[in-house]
Amino acid sequence: MSATGISTSAAPAVRTGRPWQRDLIGVAVILLASIGGYVLFPDNLALLTRIIAIMFLVLSLDLVTGYCGVATLGHAALFGAGAYAAGIAAVTFGITEPLSMIAIGAIAGAAAGLVSGVVILRGHGLAQLVLSIAVIHLFHEAANKASAYTGGSDGLSGIAPDPLLGLFAFDLWGRTAYIFGIVLLIAAFVLLRILVRSPFGMLCRGIRQDPVRVSAMGASVKASLIRMYVISGVVAGIGGALNAVSTQVVGLDSLSFTNSAEALVMLVLGGAGSLFGALAGTVVFMWFEHVVSAANPFHWLTIVGALLIAVVLFAPKGLYGTAADLARRFARSNP
Amino acid sequence: MSAVFAVERLKKSFGGLDVTRDVSLSMARGDRLALIGPNGAGKTTFVNLVTGHLQASSGRVLMDGEDISRFSPMRRVRAGLVRSFQVTRLFPEMTPGEHVALAILQREGKSGRMAGNFHAMPQVMREMNGILDTLSLGALASVPVGAIAYGQQRLLEIALAMALRPKVLLLDEPAAGVPHSDTFLIENALAQLPDDLAVLMIEHDMDLVFRFAKRVVVLAAGAVIFDGSPRDVTKDARVREAYLGSYAHAGSAA
Ligand SMILES: Nc1ncnc2c1ncn2[C@@H]1O[C@H](COP(=O)(O)OP(=O)(O)OP(=O)(O)O)[C@@H](O)[C@H]1O
Ligand SMILES: [Mg+2]
Repeated sequence: MSATGISTSAAPAVRTGRPWQRDLIGVAVILLASIGGYVLFPDNLALLTRIIAIMFLVLSLDLVTGYCGVATLGHAALFGAGAYAAGIAAVTFGITEPLSMIAIGAIAGAAAGLVSGVVILRGHGLAQLVLSIAVIHLFHEAANKASAYTGGSDGLSGIAPDPLLGLFAFDLWGRTAYIFGIVLLIAAFVLLRILVRSPFGMLCRGIRQDPVRVSAMGASVKASLIRMYVISGVVAGIGGALNAVSTQVVGLDSLSFTNSAEALVMLVLGGAGSLFGALAGTVVFMWFEHVVSAANPFHWLTIVGALLIAVVLFAPKGLYGTAADLARRFARSNP
Repeated sequence: MSAVFAVERLKKSFGGLDVTRDVSLSMARGDRLALIGPNGAGKTTFVNLVTGHLQASSGRVLMDGEDISRFSPMRRVRAGLVRSFQVTRLFPEMTPGEHVALAILQREGKSGRMAGNFHAMPQVMREMNGILDTLSLGALASVPVGAIAYGQQRLLEIALAMALRPKVLLLDEPAAGVPHSDTFLIENALAQLPDDLAVLMIEHDMDLVFRFAKRVVVLAAGAVIFDGSPRDVTKDARVREAYLGSYAHAGSAA
């Protein structure tokens, strides 16, 4: 890797080596988990693919909430925009090539990110939260009203994507969709790791910790946040489009307040401000939901509530953040 | 005109309270000016107004003759007007190395880059290490700021200002909160600032003021009551009155 060619002192060179290692470990873990999921739960590939789609939403939320410190309960607007755009492209405009549908989802997500960013960033603190709730309700209502395109409350069905690359048809068991999702996820993960390590990523972390200091350095807080919102929209939009491609329907629930709030819960559960945390939180929450709601459909929300309280009280950095802290402490005491 | 920085008839009131009354001041390249005054005199407010963190009621701020009164704080920094904060404002989870690198990247217009990392940018690393070493922060380059001593955080505030290469630097009590035994570190840091930089320092420690400043401006109840040499300031009757004699004896230390 090019990092070895730096002629500065040894200490920084060692530090550059480590993040790349962690990227590789991250990719390896995603791959192993995917293979494990495929082998262990061949009948649940649809659920696993849905988990991957929601991972995009939670990663996207992590960019604005975990990295930039923007409080939002309206992030599903970006995901839903991607899902509807991909679905409408297929149903109304006959664009059924899967990669094109994903690209359309990404663009629609970016546009939704720009719009919600501009609105939400006008407020701070509580006002910001309220604006974000208003945004998701407006998006929801718009999709409901535009029923000629969206199917309204019946949902948008009849999405029939072509075979992937003209070779792999989307099968009944969801194998193609699952593998497609994994490939997209790994690509997104690697690109986002590069992003959060970049100067822009560092600037955004600075904005979360002290925006006044950032402006005293001569950087534009607002412009940076809006830019991150657009990037976040691309990520969420891809997730929405993946969901449209894999389930072949889009429902109003994808644009719902509940979807937004659950994404935030997953992020907090896994650990905001870390891509690994976003992924872990999504898997744990959705798997837990699946298992517990099957076992006890009436009390599953109670159990999720209890789990959340336990995490917030005893592991405030989330599951991944706390595990990483413990691992670091363990490594320090056993050098 | 040779003034790199000028403030003309600046006014500000909070509700009915006039905290800045018709303040005018100008600085030339290389100036070392101390802004002193009793607590609540309006010194920090003056810095906030000038840097755009607060909106002035009236008056103008000029950099190199250009009116920057309508600029956002960000654009004022880009025009070369940089400040430090009375109470440290840093990113607790980031390291001194990241702070200084971010300031350098920002100055060079590279802080928006979405790929790469400053560790792989040799010039940024060289300049960052240079600045941190100058301020004896080299050993702490990769320790999170939340875990380093307050005195060192104060030094990092100065490091950030250096990294931005301003034309005019406004330091709001750079030694505040630093143990007296460590103020020499701050003084050393101030001595490393470029000679042609115009520096305005707010400070209560008169020993420090007398060693640093070639010119002193005294602010009391929002108005400038003295602008002159450090030698004359303690002799001035209005200044003595403003301080109720608390620093009147400080002349002996000069
Ligand atoms: N945002 C604000 N709203 C109302 N009053 C304010 C505000 N900021 C400052 N003041 C008042 O303005 C006056 C000047 O405050 P300022 O902080 O500028 O003083 P200072 O000279 O920096 O004092 P110190 O030496 O204690 O730092 C004080 O009376 C303060 O209470
Ligand atoms: Mg003050």
